[in-house]
Amino acid sequence: MRLTDEEQAMLAGAAGEPRRWAMQHQIAIGEFFEAADLVPVSQAHIMADTESLGEAGIRFLESLAAAPGTERRVRVPTLTDPRGLDFQTYKRLGQTDAMAALETRAIDALKAFGVLMTDTCINYQTILPPTHGEHLAMGDTGVVIYSNSVFGARSNFEGGPSALAAALTGRTPRYGPHLDECRRATRRFQLEVRPRDLSEWGALGGIIGRECGSYWEVPLIEGVDESPGSDALKHFGAAMASYGSTALFHIPGVTPDPDHRDRRRLAGHTIGRADLDAFVAAYGAAGDKVDVAVFAAPHLSLVEMAAVADTLGGRKVHRDTTLLVATSPEIKHAADRMGVTRRLEDSGAVVAAGICFYQSYAGEMAEANGWKRLVTNSAKLVNIIGGYGYRPTLLSLERCVESAITGRVA
Amino acid sequence: MSTVLKCHPGIGPNVTGMALVAKDNFSARYDLDRKQGIFSRPTHALAGQSYAGKILVLDQAKGGVATAWMLHEMKSRGVVPLALVFNRVNPILAQGAAFGDVTMVDRFEAGDVTDLIQIGDILRIDPAAGTVEILNR
Repeated sequence: MRLTDEEQAMLAGAAGEPRRWAMQHQIAIGEFFEAADLVPVSQAHIMADTESLGEAGIRFLESLAAAPGTERRVRVPTLTDPRGLDFQTYKRLGQTDAMAALETRAIDALKAFGVLMTDTCINYQTILPPTHGEHLAMGDTGVVIYSNSVFGARSNFEGGPSALAAALTGRTPRYGPHLDECRRATRRFQLEVRPRDLSEWGALGGIIGRECGSYWEVPLIEGVDESPGSDALKHFGAAMASYGSTALFHIPGVTPDPDHRDRRRLAGHTIGRADLDAFVAAYGAAGDKVDVAVFAAPHLSLVEMAAVADTLGGRKVHRDTTLLVATSPEIKHAADRMGVTRRLEDSGAVVAAGICFYQSYAGEMAEANGWKRLVTNSAKLVNIIGGYGYRPTLLSLERCVESAITGRVA
Repeated sequence: MSTVLKCHPGIGPNVTGMALVAKDNFSARYDLDRKQGIFSRPTHALAGQSYAGKILVLDQAKGGVATAWMLHEMKSRGVVPLALVFNRVNPILAQGAAFGDVTMVDRFEAGDVTDLIQIGDILRIDPAAGTVEILNR
């Protein structure tokens, strides 16, 4: 890889151990993906939940954070993805004091780098939305696909260590969606159905992601007659990234990248009502007892929070069911201020800030609470959570709420 | 007698071990019970099988970013695959292998690696050279 004098100096340790480690890590990744050089980034976003970090990851963060202040400070604005635990709700969710102690250590280490503890996967809706052409180091697949596809920004999936490295050096290896040649559509999908709600936009993303099945495929989706809006694109992209490891989609009229010229040469695939229904039906379990209803993954917007509260309409959640709503700390504050949190809690819902369920010791929560059957309107969550021992069902927001009230899958 | 497969130069140390092969994809968060060291996702082709100390031979990386931390965490407890051999990985698996110092290679010249390697094959991987040698045939 071509390195500037400044990058060579960082690699030689002249800017301290954290930046030396970061540069060494970035060169290993860059060479693996044949990056020609490093590209400056304007934001980094670190996924660092303690379930993934474990004791080993926390010790790593603490060892870098022990460097002198000038050597450990991040060089670009750096945000965090959801955390493993919300200190206000963890006991109610069956999480332990030992988990909280790990969380405190991780937070202390991240703060020592100068990281802004935003704890959210909807930073593109709530903190600092990316702009067209901006190079980023985003650390959540849903954030990456939304930034690339809706804003026309440029980011790879940057896992926790790589996002931290980008924060410390202010740059990232130039490969994948940073390059024009990796942003051209490789597959074509023709929609013959319009999703009816957020769960179906997620299902559609899941179908396309599963069909693409690779980070290096870029689907072009035709037949979307009007922009579905921010929350629909959020669920659509998050599910596509989850099922397919997809980092970029093109919807003509939505995606800023103009590259749809040779679409006729791309293999075509039609998606209709039967495909959406079959996707949802595969997770069906009508009449089963519901242990937990989850609104999360991605974090809810303020609009979604209000929709859950409105749908509950003051009715009580069933005594054998937990209804969990997870959002960012910023949106939680807004919901508190507007009385939305109070309405949700009066119905018996748990409103958590800064966690996103699957990143929060989901296996341990299932064990502690005896949870098995989960209903959600997030296609991303139904894809992930099976490995943690849950039996997930995908429903509309309204049917999730009905299920939480009756205690049975609606 | 042995067969040598050429691949793109990879990450991590040279290793020799037994292959566990499937035509399926991989994410540490989605697919594994990392405490017990088994594939836990019911729909995974390797559901119920132990991965500790094995060379996993799979198609693609999938899903989220957690694997970038998790390989390091799994290695710290010694319950980790010996190596990862894929047709094509995503950035997260590469980042996780580099951070955790776990051997990983992908992009094979001779075609689909899940066809080229069979369950139980003994493999010697040289990531720097970009080679996987099948020692038993």
